[in-house]
Amino acid sequence: MTNDLQFRDPALARSLAAELKRLMNEIGRPVAVMHVCGSHEQAIARFGLRSLFPKSLDVIMGPGCPVCVTDLPEVDEGVVLARQGVRVATFGDMLRVPGTVQSLADAQASGATIDIVYSPQQAVELAKTTDEEVVLFASGFETTAVATAAVILAGPPPNFSVLSAHKYIPPVMEIVAEMPGSRVEGFLAAGHAATITGSAVFEPFVERHRVPVVVAGFEPIDILAGLVELLDLIRNRTPRVINMFPRCVTAEGNLPAQKQLWRVFQTTGGRWRGIAHVPNGNLRLRDEFAHVDARKRFTIDLPSLWDYAPPALAGQCICGEIMSGIRNPRDCRLFNRECVPETPVGACMVSNEGTCKIWHLYGGVPDLEATA
Amino acid sequence: MTLLMQAPAGRITLKQGGGGRAMRALIERLFVRDFATLPFEGVGIAAMDDGAAVRIGDEWLVITTDSHVIHPIFFPGGDIGRLSICGTVNDLAMMGATNVLALTCSVILEEGFAMESLEAIQRSMIAACREANAPVVTGDTKVMGRRELDGVVINTCGIGLTRTVVRDNGLSAGDRIIVTGNIAEHGLAVMAARHSLGLEGDLVSDVAPMNSLIASVLDGFPGAVAAMKDPTRGGVSSALHEMAAKSGVGIVLDERAIPVTPAVRAVGELLGIDPLHVANEGKALIGVHADRADAVLQLLRAHPLGRSAAIIGTCTTERLGSVILDTGFGRRLLAEPEGEPLPRIC
Repeated sequence: MTNDLQFRDPALARSLAAELKRLMNEIGRPVAVMHVCGSHEQAIARFGLRSLFPKSLDVIMGPGCPVCVTDLPEVDEGVVLARQGVRVATFGDMLRVPGTVQSLADAQASGATIDIVYSPQQAVELAKTTDEEVVLFASGFETTAVATAAVILAGPPPNFSVLSAHKYIPPVMEIVAEMPGSRVEGFLAAGHAATITGSAVFEPFVERHRVPVVVAGFEPIDILAGLVELLDLIRNRTPRVINMFPRCVTAEGNLPAQKQLWRVFQTTGGRWRGIAHVPNGNLRLRDEFAHVDARKRFTIDLPSLWDYAPPALAGQCICGEIMSGIRNPRDCRLFNRECVPETPVGACMVSNEGTCKIWHLYGGVPDLEATA
Repeated sequence: MTLLMQAPAGRITLKQGGGGRAMRALIERLFVRDFATLPFEGVGIAAMDDGAAVRIGDEWLVITTDSHVIHPIFFPGGDIGRLSICGTVNDLAMMGATNVLALTCSVILEEGFAMESLEAIQRSMIAACREANAPVVTGDTKVMGRRELDGVVINTCGIGLTRTVVRDNGLSAGDRIIVTGNIAEHGLAVMAARHSLGLEGDLVSDVAPMNSLIASVLDGFPGAVAAMKDPTRGGVSSALHEMAAKSGVGIVLDERAIPVTPAVRAVGELLGIDPLHVANEGKALIGVHADRADAVLQLLRAHPLGRSAAIIGTCTTERLGSVILDTGFGRRLLAEPEGEPLPRIC
């Protein structure tokens, strides 16, 4: 709560907003920057920060919701396993994410056993209480993957395995930066992921794309100060990595956690829902951990699922474009009409990290001044 | 298959009792539409206010009814008995009837319900009646079979007289919004107890009869109050949306002025629940003409139940029917809750 005083000071926020305006005036043209984290969007929406941003500054949410970018066939794998009689343990956000024809919630409603857990460790505890096979449907970025790696290294019970839908953020930033027509001139990187990877992980990216990256925390002042720093780098045409979250993030990151992460996982190419095939964007278990890899342990009969018709509204969902930062929920004809958290059409309305869910939660209008 | 995700249209869902938009839609479609066609002089069902008012001579008889179900039935700060008296006394007070003529009490019990619990509930009811100076004058008792009902349901009905009926639709641009104290205490205390979150400690329900607090304002400043509502289910957000829509004004809320205890703020952030969406059982939202707002505030603060009262908003002519939240950083719309908020962990 003491953070309230330092990082939620409206007077400081106003002076940072004035600084943003001054920098935009000096730059003298519209600028788009991207953050890649649902928690950043949460804070921006919760505190109404968009109404403080200069009109010519577009702060876009990119693919920062791990649940949202879980691809349809990955959800399908979980659904099929559950329908085959395996207990599937997963995080609450994942439950309603639509697969090709069904979500895990649908599978549950038709009789499958789905357990909601809050950490990989809880799934291990669950496995210890039963003889049934328990599969952890593991979603999340590298931050969460570390926790999955830890339980695997700790030697889980023999009836426990992992279906990894873990994603790795740095490669997708390359994809977004290279997208044709991308207007993104700078990135605000997520502070909590960087506590693991370290801020230096972005150096090669900055080198290659000549685009600045600022690591920022999640309080209003963190975000505003991060944007000031980012615009300063854009104005000076000095693409660099700046760590604006030094109270948690170091250049090299959490080395023991990284060691565990890469001991268990390796990167592999895979699709991110609605965005693209991302080379090295997925985290799969290394071969030596085949015994806990659900994909190796079970025959997952995906085609059996595809006899059913996909939901009709799904065709109108623009989640992919929203996660790529090309469009926003305002552009979607389903947003806050057919698509609401109780009956979501797309993944972005399901997860608390999804842009649509966040905008819905905070009134559906992110910038009151722009739409008055 | 995906239709399984949605509630079938032919079945009642929990959110239709959550105090938000879904509940209002159900009531409007099912009860208000046809009952409102029956001849009636006064403030009736179509007003969808806290109660109804019938003209008797030069006074108004206010009548209200409320059924109480809560899990757990005993929670920090109260129980279903205290709640059932306070809820009805407060609904009368919100219409201006601070002097309670009489209450009725109807109890439906599940077979096997512990006598000891029932006696404890009865003791809290009588204590709340004494606080509110409100007599229970008639009642009814039924017992249903095991599992035909969850423990106990209590219905109370109340009547009171007032010379001036206060409505929830009387706001005009410029009016100030006062909340009579710290918000979200009841809902979070019950939620923490219900889900055994181990967070109880500082979270205590605010359930209390407000009639003497409200009387001090109505008697102290006749004509100063433009509208009133108690932010129960759906919280301050739902109540203000309703007042704004019915009055045809917008409301700008100053988030930093809203009284919230550190415990409520911390638990709200932890659970991902906005205190503005959480139920209160001992707080009122009072719309007051601007020139009397400070005086009314002082009067409220002089009362034990109003010590942390605050002016939290102003009515405007922009965005009619909406509630705008000024966070101190920027302004955004406040969402109207659809149903009851659920904790991120449970």
